[in-house]
Formats: sequence, structure tokens, C-alpha cells
Amino acid sequence: MRENPGEEDRNSGQVPKVRAEGFSFFYGKVEALRSLDLSVPENSLLTIMGPTGSGKTTFLKALNRLNDRVQGTHHTGSLLLNGEDVYGKGVDVADLRRRVGMVFALPVPLPMSIYENVAFGPRKQGISSKKRLDEIVEKALVSAAIWDEVKDRLDSSAEKLSGGQQQRLSLARVLAVEPEVILLDEPTSGLDPLSTMKIEELLRVLSRSYTVILVTHNPVQAARVQGEVAFFYMGELVEKGPASSMFVRPKDKRTEDYITGKFG
Amino acid sequence: MTPSSGSGRVSGLDVARRPERKPGRLGMALVRASAFLTVAVLVFIIGYVLVRGARVLTPRFLLGFPEKMGREGGIYPSIVGTFVLTSLSVAIAAPLGIGTAVFLTEYTSEGLFSRIVRFGTESLAGIPSIIFGLFGFLFFVIRLGMGWSILSGSLTLAAMMLPTIVRTSEESLRSVPDIYRETAYALGASRWQTVTSVVLPSAVPGIVTGVILAMGRAVGETAAVIFTAGSSLRLPGSIFDPVRTLPVHFYILAREGISLENAYGTAAVLIIAVLLVDFAAYYTLHRVSKRRSVTGR
Amino acid sequence: MSRKEKFAEIALTVVGLTSVAVLALIIFFIFKEGSPALAHVGLGRFVGGTRWSPGKGQFGILPMIVGSFFVTFGALLTGVPLGLGCALYLSEFAPRKTAAVLKPLVEILAGIPSVVFGFIGLTVIVPLIRDHLGGPGFSVLASAIVLGVMILPTMVSISYDALRAVPQVYREGMLAVGANQWQTVTSVVLPAARPGILAAGILSMGRAVGETMAVIMVAGNATIIPVSFLDPVRTLTSNIALEMGYATGLHRQALFATGIVLFVIIGALNILARAFIRSR
Ligand SMILES: Nc1ncnc2c1ncn2[C@@H]1O[C@H](COP(=O)(O)OP(=O)(O)OP(=O)(O)O)[C@@H](O)[C@H]1O
Ligand SMILES: [Mg+2]
Repeated sequence: MRENPGEEDRNSGQVPKVRAEGFSFFYGKVEALRSLDLSVPENSLLTIMGPTGSGKTTFLKALNRLNDRVQGTHHTGSLLLNGEDVYGKGVDVADLRRRVGMVFALPVPLPMSIYENVAFGPRKQGISSKKRLDEIVEKALVSAAIWDEVKDRLDSSAEKLSGGQQQRLSLARVLAVEPEVILLDEPTSGLDPLSTMKIEELLRVLSRSYTVILVTHNPVQAARVQGEVAFFYMGELVEKGPASSMFVRPKDKRTEDYITGKFG
Repeated sequence: MTPSSGSGRVSGLDVARRPERKPGRLGMALVRASAFLTVAVLVFIIGYVLVRGARVLTPRFLLGFPEKMGREGGIYPSIVGTFVLTSLSVAIAAPLGIGTAVFLTEYTSEGLFSRIVRFGTESLAGIPSIIFGLFGFLFFVIRLGMGWSILSGSLTLAAMMLPTIVRTSEESLRSVPDIYRETAYALGASRWQTVTSVVLPSAVPGIVTGVILAMGRAVGETAAVIFTAGSSLRLPGSIFDPVRTLPVHFYILAREGISLENAYGTAAVLIIAVLLVDFAAYYTLHRVSKRRSVTGR
Repeated sequence: MSRKEKFAEIALTVVGLTSVAVLALIIFFIFKEGSPALAHVGLGRFVGGTRWSPGKGQFGILPMIVGSFFVTFGALLTGVPLGLGCALYLSEFAPRKTAAVLKPLVEILAGIPSVVFGFIGLTVIVPLIRDHLGGPGFSVLASAIVLGVMILPTMVSISYDALRAVPQVYREGMLAVGANQWQTVTSVVLPAARPGILAAGILSMGRAVGETMAVIMVAGNATIIPVSFLDPVRTLTSNIALEMGYATGLHRQALFATGIVLFVIIGALNILARAFIRSR
């Protein structure tokens, strides 16, 4: 597989890593995303914020096609990864999901050991050499800044870790399959402020070598992690720009209301 | 329970207007009595059989061969026969039942097809065991030429326990949080990989409990077995030989009045086996609920 | 990889069809083997005939139909109130800890082999009836008592689930307006759980109709229409089990035809139960 994620086409960068063109997504008749136009350059961090039901999760789950599991959905327009439609004909969904990793709101320790949690993805990909797996697991745990805390108990159950540790473990699990894009859906919503800070710090570091898309409904978090911010509202992208300017001078009234806490 | 002195204070509720003490007392007493009676019956049955049977339960009885149609001697062949027959039926029914449950929960969404499968399973659950016996006799014993044998009996019993295993497995598969599946899929796992490495392991305790319970019912089954596995008193040499299982042996001893004493002994063995199986099932289930309460935040 | 996936999917689909296939096979074989007898004797004379004497070529199963009906009805008369009472106690009145101990105990009852129930009926209940009420002891009454106990686990656990499914706010609402616990149960909880309790009754009925070995041991098995609850009876299931061992030819087919009648009755009960469960 890919040796160094992102490295090879780092400088060929005209094509954005992720791009939505007039992309709409429907659950039955509910239009959860409305003609979305959005692009995310490689190795950058985009924070999507918006009130509940604004389509943030839907966007993430369209990108890795987890939404395929929901019955009666359809989409129009296109959603591109490296310029190729993720809904294109020949797309191998399992491969797409390895390239687009996802961390969920609540930490999900799979019912197995810490080691096996991280090795899960690589194993399912067909890697079985113990030595290779050891390397991958260590590297992923180091990148997720949790190696020191778990290196002596890799074989104990992942369910015994604290919430914050479990969430970093989830991140390590994603990193182990060497994704190009990392999606995080409100990853800190169940964590204490300290664990939250650790994750945010980690995301800033990771965004140097991965394309990171973070979803939050907390404008303060969006401001803290910096990078680009997109504001979703009722399935629409209201505005998008660097955190530094959006929080100082929002262009849209709805954005202003949201960040000043008038709703959401 | 709640102190309410004045009657008729609550307008529109005739219940409150009635003199409330008496019917409440009588009703509660009856309800308590029925719970007590139910448990008393259970305790009586188990105690009666165990006490009467205990005298007979010697190593010679358990490990000896029957003599004079079971009037004397032991029940060793029936113990072996019951064990083999039950194990084989579980070995046949468990993969089919669990497979059906996996199919229903993981591979298909509610639709015509799944409704047909569910209809089949539910209907099967309602069919009396004597009908299974008739069917097993016609189909396995005669049509497929398996004769009265462990194999015919096991296949019949497997058909009978299938619905139980499907239902309990389906329940435990559905109780696996969907986020586990999402997590596995999001890591690029295929459906089969997700099912085998994440979903099934989390559901195992519940599934095992269901299988054990089904096994407990199979141990005591008589009507379906007597016409398919036969009633030979000899020790079976292979699964193509007939056997006389414990309940069948017990039935024949008791009904034909061959030996009441040995009948009690056989019943005691049967009850102990069933209790052990039930205990194993509850033990497994108990450990699940403990684990769940830790994980399920 | 994807070939394995495809294989798993196909294999599971096939496996999923086993129960349907088994059901179809059962129906096919029972009907195939039994219908010649129905055709030979005539449906009316088979179902309506009062004489069962295979040696003389008489195949009327009305006594057994009536017998099954009486015995089942008697079982419901004893088992339903007892089971419902027990379920009520467990769900409404018992301390949680007591209920947690009692519920599994009641479920153990479901695991006790039917021959053991029959045997206890034979050695305890039959003599009691003979000595105190008269008659041979082997009777409708003995069968009703034994079956009544045997349907308890079904009755208790399904009604219990139905009672537990009644939202707590209903109870709280009643208690808040000053009703006591018993009034709350009778005027709110029981009516709300009624469809589930009815379903429990119907499923218990199915169990009672289908039970064989226990009934054989206590019913007396005479092929006459019982006129008193102390008379011996023979049920449809017993008829099959008693004679299957040696029957040949038309006699054997008539036993399978008895199976068809049993099958139809059970099928009707299942449809009824399903309708009730759905109306919940
Ligand atoms: N599985 C589904 N089936 C039907 N409708 C859905 C489904 N998932 C989401 N929706 C609908 O799509 C819209 C967008 O939902 P989405 O989950 O993307 O919002 P969100 O921005 O992630 O909200 P939150 O902050 O609450 O997570 C909502 O109106 C929601 O009701
Ligand atoms: Mg969301």
C-alpha cells in the first residue's frame, strides 16, 4: 500500500484533496445536504461547525460512504477525493474507507485488546506478519500520542482505558491503516477539557501530514484549532474561511448569530 | 400503598370510590399465593424426583448396562446415547440457527425475504414435538433410509431447536451496538470481516446461552426422539445405531411399570442434567450482563 | 477477498432458508402421508366419527378432538390464572431482588422434561383423584392439572414481558391521584398489557394442545367422549404417539391424518396469536 501518505503528490497540489461540487444528499425525501460546493486542500485542517441537524455527520459519512448502510438514500452532484468521484463506478468501498479514516463522537473500543484494536485495520487489509504489525501498531500509537501510556499493557482490554485514552486509541486505529484523510465527528464531545486539549493539539500536528476534517458544534473549538472553518446550516454551506477572519468578521448574519451563541 | 383516607375525592375515577382496602388485600393475597404456588410446584417436582431417585444413584446404576429390559442393572447406554444425540443435534442446529440469525440481522434489511424467513422460524417454533417425530420418522428414518438411529434423532431434534437458537442469537446480535459495526466498516473491513471479528464475538455470550437452553430442552425431549432414534437398549457403536435416550428409557420404565425404582433414578439423572444445563446458561448470561454494564455507557 | 464475501452471502442466504425448507418438508410429508386416509374415510366421517377402532376399520377422531379440547381448556383454567398471578407478582408487587431470583426459577420449569411432569402426575395426582374424587384417577382433571403446570413458564414469562412493557408513567399517574397499587394494576396496567397477556394465553394453549408424553401418562387414553372431568380421555397427540409404534397401512395413514388435524388446529392458534401480538 501507500508508503508515505500524502507525500507523493504533495507538490502536485492543484487538485484539492476533497472537493464537493453541487453535492446534495437525501435520506428518503429529507435533503440533508443542499448543493454543497466545498474544497479542502491537501494537508490542511478544515473544521466544520454548525447546529444539530445541519448535515455535518452526513457530509463525513458521504465521504467514506458509511451512509451506504442507510436504506433509501441517494445523492446528486459529485464528491471527489483526489479528483475522483467517491461514488464512481469502479470504487472499492473498503479501500476508500481505508483512505478516508473516521473517528466517532463517542470512543469505541472494539471488544479486544489495545494491540488488536490498532492492528484491526491492517489485519483486515491482509497484513499478517507479526513484525510488520508490531511496527505499524507502535507507529500509530506514537502518532496518536498514547504510546507511552499503553506500551506496557498492549494486551489488556481496550475497554479499560479512560475515555480520553480510548479516543486517542480510536485515532491510532485510524492512523494504522495510513489514511489520506482523517474525519473526526465531534471527537471531544464526551471528554474532559484536558483530554480535549490533547486531541486538539494532536490534530494540529496531524494536519501537517494528513488532510483533517473536524466536525464540531462548538464554535470555540473551531476557533481554538485554527485552520479553515466552514459553517453548515440546515444542509447548506453558509460560509467558509480561515478561523482568524471568520470569528472576527463573519460575512453572514447566520454565522454571526451562531458564533455569538444566539442559537445552536 | 399510598395513604388515601377519604373515598370519592378523585372524581371520575370509580376505582377510588370503592372501599379500597378489601379487594386490594384479597387480590394481592391471591397474586402472592400464585407466585408462591408456582415456585412450590417447581421445588416439589425437583425435590420429589431427587429424593426418590437418590437411593438408586450408585456408580453401578450410572455405569452399568441394563438387564431384564431395565428392571435391573444400569442406564449407561442411555446416558451415552443422550449425550451423543444431544451434542450432535446442537452441532447441526447451532451453525444453521446462528447463520440464520446473522443473515437476518447483518445481511438483509426488513423486506419480503426476511419476513418469509421469520415466518418459517416462528411457525416451526409452534409445531408440537410429536409432529416433528412423525416428520423425522417419515423423512429421515424411512425416506432417507437412515433407520432408527442417532443420526435420524439428531436431525429431527436439530429441526426442533432451530427456532430457539435463531431467536436467541438474533436478540443478542441486535443488542450489539451499531457503532461497533460502523467502526469496523470505517476501517475498511468487509461485511464478513465485520461480522466475524466484531459482531459475533460481542454477541457470543448471548448466543451461547441460547444454544445451551435449546440443548436443555433437547435433553428431555421424548416424543420426537422415540420415533426417530428408536428404543434399543444397546450401547451405540456409531451414529447410525439406534439408542434409547434417558427420557425414552424413563418413559418406558414408568409407563410399562417395569421398575418404578429405576424410573425414579433415571428421572433424577435427567433432572440433574437439565439443572446443570440451565445453570450453565444462566451463568453465561450473568457474565454477559456484567460485562455489558461496564461497556455500555 | 470479494469472492469470499460473495460466498458468505450466498451461504448465509441458503442457511437462512433452512427453517422455511424444514417447515415446507414437514407440511409436505405429513399431508402426503395422511391425506389418503382422509380421502378413504372421508373428511366428515374422520373428523366427525365417534368410533376409533382401527382393527374394525373405524377411524373417527371426534373423541380425540373433544378430548384435546377439554384437556386444553382445563389446562388454561388452571394455568392461566396461576401464571398471570405469578407474572403480576413478579412485575408489580415483588421487591426487585425477589423477582430477580424467582423469574429464573420459573424458567427452570420450562426445562423440566415433559415425561417427568407426566410421571409426577401418574404417581401423585392420579392416586389423589382416585382416592378423593372417585373414578379411575386417569382423567381430564389429572391432565388439566399437569398441563396447567406445564404451561406456567410460557404464561408467566410472556405476560411478565407484557406487563413490564407498560410505561411507568401510567402507574405513576394513577398513584399520584391517590389510587393504591392494586387499583393501579387492575385499572391501568392490566388493560394496557391485555394484548400481550392474550397472546401469552394463546401460546400456552398451543403448548397444551401439542403436549404429548405427559398427557399419555395421566389421561387414561380411552377413545370415548368424556362426559365428566373424572373420565379418562385421549387427545389427538396421544392418539398418534400411542399407536404409531405398531400401526401399518391405512391405520398408520389415519394417524398421520390425525397429525394433519392437529397441524391445522395449531396453525389456526398461531395465526390468532400473531394477530394479537400485532394488535399490541
Ligand atoms: N439515518 C438517517 N435517516 C434519516 N434521516 C437522517 C439520518 N441521518 C441523518 N438524518 C437527517 O439528516 C439531517 C442531517 O443530519 P446529520 O446527522 O448530518 O446532522 P449533524 O449536523 O451531524 O447533527 P448533530 O450535530 O446532531 O450530529 C437531519 O435532518 C437528520 O434528521
Ligand atoms: Mg452529527
